[in-house]
Amino acid sequence: MKEFSYKIKDAMGIHARPAGLLVKAAGDYQSAITIVAPNGKADAKRIMAVMRLAVKQGNTVTVTCEGADEEKACAELQAFFEANL
Amino acid sequence: MKQGYGLPVFPGVAIGNAVVYRKAQRKTAVFSGDFAIEQAKFDDACKEAKEQLSKIYEKAKEELGEEQAAIVEVQMLMLDDLDYLESVASEIASGVAAATAALECGEMMAQVFANLDDEYMRGRAADIRDVSQRVANILCCTDGFSLPDGYFILVAEDLAPSETIQLPRERILAFVTQKGSSSSHTAILARTLNIPSLVQSDICLDEVSKCDVFAVDGFTGNWYIDPDEDTLSALKKKQAEVQVDKEALEVYRGKKSITKTGKEVLLCANIGCPKDAEAAVAGDAQGIGLMRSEFLYLGRDNLPTEEELFEAYKKVAEIMGDKPVVIRTLDIGADKQVSYMGLDKEENPALGLRGLRICLTREDIFRPQLRAIYRASAYGNLNIMFPMVASVWELQESKALCDEIRKELQSEGIPTKDVPIGVMIETPAAAVLAHELAKEAAFFSVGTNDLTQYTLAVDRQNAKLDKFYDPYHPAITALLSHIAKAANEAGIWAGICGELGADAKMTEKFLQMGYTELSMAPGRILETRKLICESEV
Repeated sequence: MKEFSYKIKDAMGIHARPAGLLVKAAGDYQSAITIVAPNGKADAKRIMAVMRLAVKQGNTVTVTCEGADEEKACAELQAFFEANL
Repeated sequence: MKQGYGLPVFPGVAIGNAVVYRKAQRKTAVFSGDFAIEQAKFDDACKEAKEQLSKIYEKAKEELGEEQAAIVEVQMLMLDDLDYLESVASEIASGVAAATAALECGEMMAQVFANLDDEYMRGRAADIRDVSQRVANILCCTDGFSLPDGYFILVAEDLAPSETIQLPRERILAFVTQKGSSSSHTAILARTLNIPSLVQSDICLDEVSKCDVFAVDGFTGNWYIDPDEDTLSALKKKQAEVQVDKEALEVYRGKKSITKTGKEVLLCANIGCPKDAEAAVAGDAQGIGLMRSEFLYLGRDNLPTEEELFEAYKKVAEIMGDKPVVIRTLDIGADKQVSYMGLDKEENPALGLRGLRICLTREDIFRPQLRAIYRASAYGNLNIMFPMVASVWELQESKALCDEIRKELQSEGIPTKDVPIGVMIETPAAAVLAHELAKEAAFFSVGTNDLTQYTLAVDRQNAKLDKFYDPYHPAITALLSHIAKAANEAGIWAGICGELGADAKMTEKFLQMGYTELSMAPGRILETRKLICESEV
């Protein structure tokens, strides 16, 4: 299992647009990908679950990747968070 | 042949294929008795819904920008969301009809969002309901509205802004509606698109849906179902004449609007959304004399963000370049209502909380709008105009807020330009006080529709009062002349941006009074320029 933590910088938090991008990105991997946020945890491949977390600016989230391509998923998703959130 | 009458809102002749637009009417969902069939129906409906949404997405992206289009994209993703699909599948497996399952599971999800401690996410509940409703509509085969290829005439009971945004405006030849008024959204859109249109028509939608040829005469207000040969050839002749007249006007393209005695006028366009600015350019407008900001607020279920407004204003500023653009701040209320602002229902909305009055009581609405305008000012030649001013203090207070916002942006390092601030003269009080207001304003633009309604105390939405609604009334003429005089004495410009702006009977009178700007539907500019160039005043 691989994981990373990230503090959200985007002023609007994980709003609809980045949530959509994130779900699409997570869908590219075989690994199970989970986001743990202050409000709970969610399967990163499920848009409604991700949006329901209502992650705000300043929240720290932990993303865990578990599966055959976890190494690649973890590195690339970390880059995704830094670029988009 | 069958014929009837409607209130014409734009001249011209259209002949073609008629399409009846109906709001979805739901049939009850019935379980077919077979789980596999219900599930397959649901899967097909999701696929269809995604296709519809992907078309809407492309359109929204082009017209409203990526941020708003992203909402549509998320709706598409919801149809792939396993939480949603699994809960629908389990309901179907327990014997619930596909359409009911789609709606119920959507409602369950919407409830979760509606209860979140996050205003933005609460707003998404409506998106979820919208998408599950779409799937349910497909399942009940209710949305019988499909567009034909090529050009068509759209016939409807009435059209809301959220409905017209989904239409391919370049293919519409005319609008004919049963309801609506000459200032309704449909009428304004028709004038922007230069297409003959009728409102308040005595037309039967069922008869239209069966007809082969439909025709609209925007000069007389007549509509024809399957016109006979004589009528058709007369209409075609009229249409050809319009075309010839239109081509003859082309010599005025790119010319100055100047009378034989040297009086020069700026001919500008009235627009609603950023896309209309292209129509303004095509119509050879010398600027935008009235951008009706409220169309950025209508047809949605939450307030537009500062970012969305900025993108919209920036787009207009960029399209128009150096040419002046007058942005009227939000004029919601009266005939244009939005539910998400949480405004109280009023006995008398025309005299109620509307225009600048909302802005001055709701800084949460006004501030983002002004910030967006100032941010966009760096990209063109923007002017701000306040609607529904009745007292000098209202203008002073709004100007102070503008000042504060510009300083705020400067301290944030965001570039802005100087934005002249003017007043839309549409209350009799503002007209009478024109001399006082002229000391504080950079320009005046007269909204003749409301000025007429308020001065004559005649509700312009009430068709029974048409005979009393007289924009040529001597009281109006006296006010118009007083306003122009006050502006000229103070050394500021005055223009006309209401219906009368394009009224050929008034053009010369306006010039004599001292107006130097007329703003109108883009399609009226060249004909007005011809009139001015031929004028001796």
